[in-house]
Amino acid sequence: MTVPFFILVALTLVGAVAALALRNLVHCALALAAALAGLAAIYLLLGAEFVGLAQILVYVGAVAILIVFAILLTRSRPELLPEGISGSPIAGIVVAAAVFAILAWAVVSFGAVSSSTPSALPPDEMRRIGDALMQRFVLPLEVMALMLTAALIGAVILALEEKQSAR
Amino acid sequence: MTPLQGYLLVSAFLFAAGLGGALSRRSAILVLIGIELMLNAANLNFIAFWRYGPHPEVLTGILFAIFSIAVAAAEAAVGLALIIAIYRHAKTTDVNQLDSMKG
Repeated sequence: MTVPFFILVALTLVGAVAALALRNLVHCALALAAALAGLAAIYLLLGAEFVGLAQILVYVGAVAILIVFAILLTRSRPELLPEGISGSPIAGIVVAAAVFAILAWAVVSFGAVSSSTPSALPPDEMRRIGDALMQRFVLPLEVMALMLTAALIGAVILALEEKQSAR
Repeated sequence: MTPLQGYLLVSAFLFAAGLGGALSRRSAILVLIGIELMLNAANLNFIAFWRYGPHPEVLTGILFAIFSIAVAAAEAAVGLALIIAIYRHAKTTDVNQLDSMKG
């Protein structure tokens, strides 16, 4: 519980709430990028350097840009932007608050299982991750590569222009 | 409160915020943003439990988070392609108006 932790947590949570509460979609995408960057910094704070850098590359770099592109491609006239909240926003917010209350109660009341001091980190984390990916986790890695290829092809096919003759 | 509980509370709040946004916003893109935030909350849990668990040298939490990030990236790409295809067909991304499966 240090000062950097609280700063990063504030950045992440404010960004997350802003990403879902602002009215302008582009502002939402920017707030999402801020929240994801804060989360990446939290990973670095936790000592997970590879995951933190991958988070910056994948989320802040790729997913945020993808969302901005989707926003720009799907808006026709600014005055017709959907926005606002759906018919009963209260219901969704109440459900979310209830979920948070239950999770927070569980975390606070079952704290005995957690050790308060972190164990010592292994010295050469990156090399060990590489070794694990190439040895113990090589099959999941290959499956992941196959899935990413399928997702790439599927996304391109889905976003292709519809042919008129196909009807 | 231990540090692990702090991280878990942050993750719980992130999940709840994503859930509330996905349930209450009308734009399909914002629903997808909410889902991304929920996935990130799960990743934060993996990393926090890895760091404060008894055996951080085993790296299972790290690798689970890496695979989870890859799956989330694929999900975002396919989801946004679906939104663009739906927009081209129905001329809207308002999930309240997308209520028919046969266009």
